[in-house]
Amino acid sequence: MTAGTQDAPAVSASRNPVTEREPRRRSFVTTLVVLGLLLVVSMTAGLAIGSVRVPPAQVWGIVTHALGVDRPDADWSGARETIVLDVRAPRVLLGAMTGAGLALVGTALQALVRNPLAEPYLLGVSSGASLGAVAVIVFGVTLFGQVSLSVAAFAGALVTLFLVYTTARSGGRITSSRLVLSGVAYASVLTAVMNLLLLTSDRGNEARAVLAWTLGGLGGVRWSTLWLPGAALLLGICVLLAQARSLNLLLAGEEAATTMGLNVGRFRARTFVLLSLITGVLVAAAGPIGFVGLMMPHIVRLFVGGDHRRVLPTAALGGAIFLIWADIAARTVAAPMEIPVGVLTALCGGPFFLWLMRRDARRGTGRGVV
Amino acid sequence: MTGTELSVEGVTLTAGAQRLVEDVFLTAGPGEVVGLVGPNGSGKSSLLRAVYRVLRPDSGAVRVDGADAWGLPVRKLARTLAAVVQDSAADFDLAVREVVAMGRSPHKRLLDGDTAEDRHIVESALDSVHALDLADRPFDRLSGGERQRVLIARALAQQPTLLVLDEPTNHLDIRHQLDVLGILRSLSATVLVALHDLNLAAYYCDRLYVLRDGRVVSSGPPAEVLTRGLLAEVYGVDAEIAVHPRTGAPQVTFLPGTPTRPLTGAGPSAT
Repeated sequence: MTAGTQDAPAVSASRNPVTEREPRRRSFVTTLVVLGLLLVVSMTAGLAIGSVRVPPAQVWGIVTHALGVDRPDADWSGARETIVLDVRAPRVLLGAMTGAGLALVGTALQALVRNPLAEPYLLGVSSGASLGAVAVIVFGVTLFGQVSLSVAAFAGALVTLFLVYTTARSGGRITSSRLVLSGVAYASVLTAVMNLLLLTSDRGNEARAVLAWTLGGLGGVRWSTLWLPGAALLLGICVLLAQARSLNLLLAGEEAATTMGLNVGRFRARTFVLLSLITGVLVAAAGPIGFVGLMMPHIVRLFVGGDHRRVLPTAALGGAIFLIWADIAARTVAAPMEIPVGVLTALCGGPFFLWLMRRDARRGTGRGVV
Repeated sequence: MTGTELSVEGVTLTAGAQRLVEDVFLTAGPGEVVGLVGPNGSGKSSLLRAVYRVLRPDSGAVRVDGADAWGLPVRKLARTLAAVVQDSAADFDLAVREVVAMGRSPHKRLLDGDTAEDRHIVESALDSVHALDLADRPFDRLSGGERQRVLIARALAQQPTLLVLDEPTNHLDIRHQLDVLGILRSLSATVLVALHDLNLAAYYCDRLYVLRDGRVVSSGPPAEVLTRGLLAEVYGVDAEIAVHPRTGAPQVTFLPGTPTRPLTGAGPSAT
């Protein structure tokens, strides 16, 4: 047996397969705990850092006080309380939810189209969502306020996702180049239409604000608008975690997944709808923010392996942390000017994308790095 | 695990205007090992696809213990029928153990975790293909032969009573070819397997079906099917067939340099 002689350590290590299982599970739990703590630290930082610096201890004082804990040491000003609770807190929460949601969508998309480069922004899904939202603004359909914006963004995302998928699929197997190229092509067309709508709109004063929104940003969010992204994210986490096993099956290939009991077509269609919903709602709330969904799944797979039961929660936590810090950077590096957070994520994500492409090319010829 | 009865009844498959398989009848009784042989493009893979429910027949039926396979829910069928297909795996980082554990999916409800029983089934599946030592290796770093054994283990983890395999001995060295076929032989499940190597097929299969251009041209026990005339007709080669003194199975020796008909007729038509 060639395998046995080449890899003696693997042979001896698996002599006791039951205990062998434990380290990986423990490392998963450890990863979750560490990320959970990091998330708390990041949120504290998000509340503390800004034009007015609030010490972390005071941040906690304000937050616990607001949650109903009696704080006899309450010595902060009302202005600070307003900054922390009404300006920064919803923004930090939206950042965390958006980051988590985009990471979930990216993880699931990569399994559904069986391609490591899949991501809502790169596949044009975010552009579709943006166009939907802009159309609602320009044509003045404000019937249900934020809800109509989200519904339109959802519709735009869904149509785009199916179009990109069908285009990439025509001619059989989905290749990376076909997938990304059709995503880019649709994104360009959709963005062009959106810009056209904005520039020709008679609501010129709104156009500027909307243009800023299309770069992706978390500014100006209020508590009253947080429930929708929160609900979409919660739904997404629950459904995707429940179906993690099916996502795993897709890694084996469509035919193999079918023989293992997965109705691939139906599962993919349903999950596409769910992913479009999450993307649409998040884009309506925060604008199109790219590359979070690309980077997070790949990074966490290095730590917890490829099983979606572990990748999904880990990627969600990672995405939340990443976007909170990206937003902190967005409002501090050029203060008092604020940089759209989408610009910063693209600055990190573009090079990451190139690295992934190179890695996959290397894998094509020989045994690549993990 | 007792074997399931498979019967393919007049199945015709097309892809666009092209006929892949035409009016094929095939049966595999409980516990039988049935081999599917024929040149490349003769429709072996397509026929198997119809059996494991990926390529829908244009006419005819695939019956598994009498039930129409295409009328069953995918999940239900997957608890009876497992397949080893020729579809490359994606390059996501899964350990061998996790790949084999996928085979437990059709037995799982939405939120079920892996139980100790599942882990035991996964390990005994790996053990039966002599791959337990690979359990914690990353799947995408395995050699072709190692992968193939792991994929067979995954099918076994489904605890099927009908196993369909598309050229499972491809990429395997001779020792592992014998291993894999020996494993299939030892199962109580019914086995339908497409094979390239006629001698292995003759030795390990109870009955053979020979396909050419999408049609069954001969079927029956290997000793009856593998004749000089048939090999000349189907493969376009001259061959000598003798019963091997030690195995008792027909032994085919090809005689090079004497093509009996132009190879183009063998039909480079499909898959």
